[in-house]
Amino acid sequence: MNNSIRVNCTKKNLKTIRDFVTEYLHALSLTDILMNQIVLAVDEICANLIIHANHEDPKKHITLTISQVKDILQFKISDEGLAFEHANYKEPDIEENIRLGKKGGVGIALVNRIMDKVEFQSDGSQNTCILHKKIK
Amino acid sequence: MPMKITNEIKDNTIIMTLDGELDASSSVMLDEELSDPEIMEYSKILVDCKNLHYISSAGLGVFISHLQRFEDAQIKLIFYNMQDKVRNVFEILGLDLLMTIVSDYEEARSIANE
Repeated sequence: MNNSIRVNCTKKNLKTIRDFVTEYLHALSLTDILMNQIVLAVDEICANLIIHANHEDPKKHITLTISQVKDILQFKISDEGLAFEHANYKEPDIEENIRLGKKGGVGIALVNRIMDKVEFQSDGSQNTCILHKKIK
Repeated sequence: MPMKITNEIKDNTIIMTLDGELDASSSVMLDEELSDPEIMEYSKILVDCKNLHYISSAGLGVFISHLQRFEDAQIKLIFYNMQDKVRNVFEILGLDLLMTIVSDYEEARSIANE
């Protein structure tokens, strides 16, 4: 099975990525809720990379590779944009977001709550985010 | 077309039907819809989520960003017919406790009229 996809940095491609992940997961007979959570976590990371790290530049690309070792799924998403500054990350206060009418800032919180492990690596030109999810 | 939004007006109520997937791309359209000044003329917004198959943080963010404004204007925002997998995304962030999500149209109607 094809386990890798490369798309350019436009928001329209988020749907392409979600369809690709859904198709990969289909064979695993997961529940609707779990399937949706995994697709969501990958979508959130890709949206961040496309919008914030690469400023929706269609000349730039992101690559997603899915692999499975026993009952652990691994999603590796890489790009060549600005690295995510994990040290500066702060968990959002949703009630404060509501009071302030804030639109963004809850995506990574969803990813952290859904996935078992979230890693960010940067080697200068290439940034990689690796998501781990145990499925059984 | 990833997202279709249809508004039906009944007296002082807007019934907003969401059809499709709300992601970072399509949520811009929802934001425009909820930012329309005309919406403030109504006292109830009932959101039919039956055909909302997906929501990401961008879609949630649009609702989060308008919630206080609606509350200040005493506009009730009520979601109904939400699919379990979509409701689960609201629950992960605890938004189900901060927003009104009910099972069906009748319940939405009755809460709106309280």
